[in-house]
Amino acid sequence: MCVLVATLSPTRARGQQPVKLTFWSWRVEDKWAYDKIIQAFQQRNPGIQVEFVPFKATEYNTILSSALTAGNGPDIIHLRAYGGLETFAAPGYIAQLDFERLPELRTFSRQLLDGARARKDGKLYGVPFATQSLVIYYNKKIFAQNNLSAPKNWDEFLTVLRTLKNHGVLPLANGGKEGWTLEVMSGVVAPNFYGGTAFFDAVTRGQTSFKDPAYTNALARMLDLRPYMHPNFMGVDYTTMQQQFINEQAAMFIGGSWEIGFFKSQNKDLDFDIFAAPPLRAGTAPWVSSYNDGNYGVNAKTPYMDAALKFIQFTASREFGQMFTDMLAQLSAVPGVEVRDPVLKHVQELSRKSTPYMMLVGFRWQAPTGSTLLQSALQGMMAGTKTPEQVGDEVTKGLSAWFEPFQGR
Amino acid sequence: MRTSRRWWLVFFLGPAIVLFAAFITYPILSALAFSLYAWEGIGRRGFVGLANFARLFATFPYAGLLVNAFWHNVLVFIATMLLQNVTALGLAVLLARGPWGARGYRVIFFLPVMLSLVIVGFLWALFLNPVFGLVNKVLTLLHAGALARPWLGDASTALLTLIVVNAWRWLGFPTIVFLAGINAVPEEYVEAARIDGAGEWAVLRRIIFPLLAPAVTIIVLLTFIGAFNWFELPYIMQGVSGAPNRATDVLSLLFYRTAFGEVDTGLQDIGIGSAIAVLMFALLLGMSAVGAVLLRRREVELA
Repeated sequence: MCVLVATLSPTRARGQQPVKLTFWSWRVEDKWAYDKIIQAFQQRNPGIQVEFVPFKATEYNTILSSALTAGNGPDIIHLRAYGGLETFAAPGYIAQLDFERLPELRTFSRQLLDGARARKDGKLYGVPFATQSLVIYYNKKIFAQNNLSAPKNWDEFLTVLRTLKNHGVLPLANGGKEGWTLEVMSGVVAPNFYGGTAFFDAVTRGQTSFKDPAYTNALARMLDLRPYMHPNFMGVDYTTMQQQFINEQAAMFIGGSWEIGFFKSQNKDLDFDIFAAPPLRAGTAPWVSSYNDGNYGVNAKTPYMDAALKFIQFTASREFGQMFTDMLAQLSAVPGVEVRDPVLKHVQELSRKSTPYMMLVGFRWQAPTGSTLLQSALQGMMAGTKTPEQVGDEVTKGLSAWFEPFQGR
Repeated sequence: MRTSRRWWLVFFLGPAIVLFAAFITYPILSALAFSLYAWEGIGRRGFVGLANFARLFATFPYAGLLVNAFWHNVLVFIATMLLQNVTALGLAVLLARGPWGARGYRVIFFLPVMLSLVIVGFLWALFLNPVFGLVNKVLTLLHAGALARPWLGDASTALLTLIVVNAWRWLGFPTIVFLAGINAVPEEYVEAARIDGAGEWAVLRRIIFPLLAPAVTIIVLLTFIGAFNWFELPYIMQGVSGAPNRATDVLSLLFYRTAFGEVDTGLQDIGIGSAIAVLMFALLLGMSAVGAVLLRRREVELA
């Protein structure tokens, strides 16, 4: 009886005043947009207040892990996708979701929902918030000055690069100091050469490995681009890459669709568009690597489960998706959102023929992850100390620690 | 009388012991405990004994990464001893002779030590930027453009560059310690040696250096601990992955990466991470103990 009274009384007291939810995220730069979105939610749900609390991206995982293991943590959690979600979901820290609780999720694409699923039990643990695609940005003004247009096949691409270099323009802003930017580059260049989703399916089922010449030859194509990067590109970090493209000192930038908003905000006069990595032969539609960027989840231990679910449900609504896309210039995961930004619309069109971003979707489920292995090996390859075959060997060998089909290969 | 003394001891040592227990002893013991369990994401599972250690030593790429990182720690120690501490000793000897502006130089040498390491790392990363950085620009101006390179992105120069930046930051500290040591050598000893006909070098070699041994012990030990715990500077300038291609990877980075994960790249493996932490602790403890005994043995007491 005593216990009953003790557990009931706080809830009753809460009934009078609004429920306060905290929402943790690593998107410090998006706080303004989330604050506006939350306002819209609060107007519709006067009993619920949501506070958006962002942390530095590089420290977010550490802070979140310690809070959750200590039995605390926010009510609503911004989670990464795939293996990054599983880390928190598999030990039971995240509330399970399903189509009954959140019927809105039924309309989401399967590929995106797979990024919100834990492999352990196949259950959903979040509402996907955005989809990202990997593309090549180009400066339209520089292209026009040199009488160039977006290339249709690989040879044309190399000709464009050569022409720019001969005219004294740095063709590619990309560098190799940060391994992940090289993995992104491989995500842009390689799928057309390894055969996109067919190879992804084969390798994730264990029918082949990364030693497959189809894969290593695809990686070798990245070496074609080396002469068109800065002579000291191995020392060029991500920020320098961005600055080179934003300040129109480089004609192209191989990167992800998340850059659009940032590029526009940094240089209003920058006239740019995107194209997909050109395939070997013109006429074949190019593959575009894409993936679920992350999810909104609910803390399994939140005392305000109903309110938190209500908010999560809101993030799955068309209204949320539209606000998200309009404000942040990113493709919302909510289906049917109208894209007004012309560059983003272009991304959306290209990603109709999308293929899963190899390591993130397929091999980031346990440590050592495919990304960890690939990123440092690619630094070796781009610096000329490793061959593409050695990269394939290393990745396969490293993954065999937890991916059984690779054992003994 | 005895009781009051005991109370004073408790009063002065108590806070330090509490802090030490809470922030040093407890984490070390919990890391040791963590290393003996299986982990599922951030959730602790069953007791597995030494399985994490076995995994660390036997599986690719961990075994290779461990050796690679340890070797880099050794290199950092040796290179810092040669670059930083030998230079510091030389500067201390010069400053001790009280040249014109000695006070000013002392301040200048010590200034970088007072700068935040984050600022130092960030500034040098800017100087060394291959596109707009000062270092390559100056080299080009001096018609030595052929020497311009991606200092932090080239596997053959990255670690050495970090060591030089680190030495630049810390140089003032051993300089001041050595200078204090030299100034503490009684003037009579030096005069007596001079009267006996000892030259500059003989005075340094036979009088100053032996009496400087306690200062050397401290600096060698601090350099050793600093080299094997090296984390901040490589983290700030190269990130957590020991880029490029693990060329600047050190044990602390490897530990941090495996225990907490690389953002957007890797996943946490707390079992392996804790195993690395335990190994680092054992290594540091053992080597510092041996080092302390060896170095103490050659110290000379001022009679």
